Amino acid sequence: MAIPDLVPAPLLNTIAIDPTSDAIVIAGATKVFKKSRPLLSRLRQHKGNVEDERKRNVLAVDHIDLTVKRREIVGILGANGSGKSTLIRMLSTLLIPDEGSVSIFGYDVVKDEATVQRLINRVSVEASFFKKLSPMENLLYAARLYNMSGADARRRIRAILTRLGIKPERIDAPLEDMSRGMQQKVAIARAFLTSPIVLLLDEPTTGLDPRSKIDVQHFVNELRDVHDATILITTHDMDEADALCDRVAIIDKGRIVVSGDTATLKRAVADLRGLSEPVSMNDVFMHYTASHLITEEDVQRYGSWEKAFEALEAQREEEE
Amino acid sequence: MEAGRKPSRRWKRNAKRKNKKNKEKGLLMSALIHQARASYAFFERNWNLTRRYWAWEIVWLVYNVANALSITFLGASAQSWGGKGIDTNRLILYLLIGTSVWSYLSVTFEGVTDLITMERWEGTIEYTFMAPISRFTHLVGSCWYAIAHGLLFTFLQLLVVGSFFHLDLGKANYGTAIFMLLIGSVSFIGFGIAASVLPLLFTERGSQMSYIVRALLLLVSGVYYDIHVMPAWMQPLAQLSPATYVLTGLRAGILDGAPIWSPIVWNSTWPLIIIGLLSVPLGIYIFHIAERYAKRTGKLKRNG
Ligand SMILES: Nc1ncnc2c1ncn2[C@@H]1O[C@H](COP(=O)(O)OP(=O)(O)OP(=O)(O)O)[C@@H](O)[C@H]1O
Ligand SMILES: [Mg+2]
Repeated sequence: MAIPDLVPAPLLNTIAIDPTSDAIVIAGATKVFKKSRPLLSRLRQHKGNVEDERKRNVLAVDHIDLTVKRREIVGILGANGSGKSTLIRMLSTLLIPDEGSVSIFGYDVVKDEATVQRLINRVSVEASFFKKLSPMENLLYAARLYNMSGADARRRIRAILTRLGIKPERIDAPLEDMSRGMQQKVAIARAFLTSPIVLLLDEPTTGLDPRSKIDVQHFVNELRDVHDATILITTHDMDEADALCDRVAIIDKGRIVVSGDTATLKRAVADLRGLSEPVSMNDVFMHYTASHLITEEDVQRYGSWEKAFEALEAQREEEE
Repeated sequence: MEAGRKPSRRWKRNAKRKNKKNKEKGLLMSALIHQARASYAFFERNWNLTRRYWAWEIVWLVYNVANALSITFLGASAQSWGGKGIDTNRLILYLLIGTSVWSYLSVTFEGVTDLITMERWEGTIEYTFMAPISRFTHLVGSCWYAIAHGLLFTFLQLLVVGSFFHLDLGKANYGTAIFMLLIGSVSFIGFGIAASVLPLLFTERGSQMSYIVRALLLLVSGVYYDIHVMPAWMQPLAQLSPATYVLTGLRAGILDGAPIWSPIVWNSTWPLIIIGLLSVPLGIYIFHIAERYAKRTGKLKRNG
């Protein structure tokens, strides 16, 4: 079934887009969060201790470079707290980078904020709605902000929600009564509704059942195939990353440690371990996100990086 | 890497042509339609929220009526304190106007600040801030609902409280009353927008802080008394508060039947126009700075 009537949103007509240019260009983007000091210690006025200061700051995204071509589906993988959501927030104009630049089709997310906002939409891991309102009321609100007329929006909302498997009688009942997965589907519908040309998905399928996950994956593919959307997605589901993404980037402590298409990465890790069969995406993830745990010392002690890695994994299994 | 490749020159020329053509087609018109739709989106959403939280509206009305009654009863008992020559009817009306302005200001202020608080709580704030609309549309769109809501709420309260007394409203000029409230609303919007910065920046106690702003505003404006009874240092503050002029104008209209074109009403009107013209852009500017700060420090996120 095709996405009903998903014509480009009326907003896009007024923006000049170069179809040959890269959809997303992230160059040296960096974000540091400073924990605010309690008032008392600020009053005590002890001199800026550098070590103290560093402990208080969280380097969430550390000089990331990433280019995503038009119509590409790129996955960002990484452990909890590795900076995925922070990166997505910088792309969606919700966080201003401290250093570096981020642009969408050549429009800078800080300088051309208003233009960028017309091009993108985002799904976050929490559904984020007015819980007392119904899906229809919530989505109608969102649609009007994106310049849709009421009648048009109502039609599209019903079509998309039905397509995502929300029962018609649920569409007008308060959202708070829905299960988490159903709420997440409504959140996905909110982003699809505005047919963005760059779609930022932050763990969109967390909490969905296996069939719904596949539905969403089909939907994402269709957005790309039929509507030329570019998609950046984060996920903790390695099978999903494998199935959906043209390319993945694994980030660890705010830095990209490796990127490439999943088949290549699987073979690379197998080669490193001297295996003849490619390993699973899970192994790839484990491999690259453990890198920082291995020090020079370990490498010397065990003879090679690979041996050190194996020892680390063995140690971890023992602990469990 | 191809990062940051410049668009080709031919493409740029085409883009320029396309841009120009679009301009001719009435870019402005479509932008206006967009902002009007967005502004209606806020109105509709807020109305839906009020409907869903209707029980809270009733609780709030009861609370406000109780407060207003306790103050107006104070006026009714003035004679028994030995104030022989006191015109009780006038005193009650005087206090009643004070309580009404207090509620009106509370409800409109809250219409703006509460929404920021609520959006934070629900996490929708990131979506609202990501939407392709100007902050002016966002804030003013929220405000015109707040005004309609505040006027209706205050009117209901006035009806209930008024029914407790046999008030002589023979002289009252309602045209002046409505006029003063509407003109004053513009300034209240400006102050409300500036105050809504508090819940934006202070995740936990921001909305309580905005109550303080409101209370101080009314304190210096002579809600229940003539501003001349305040200490000398407080009196200049009264001149800066829009509530002072709204209260003066309303009292002139309701107690003395002053028409809109009378000097006393005009003397309250022009300062309100000036404060309104200054406070709305200033409020939005302050909000804009706070928004940048929030986006720099990651304060839009729900959990700190
Ligand atoms: N608004 C914020 N204020 C302060 N610190 C933040 C904020 N957002 C993120 N952080 C910190 O930045 C780091 C990266 O967080 P981020 O949410 O980007 O991780 P993530 O990769 O999305 O993790 P997860 O897989 O758990 O979603 C964490 O240490 C987090 O505590
Ligand atoms: Mg995250």
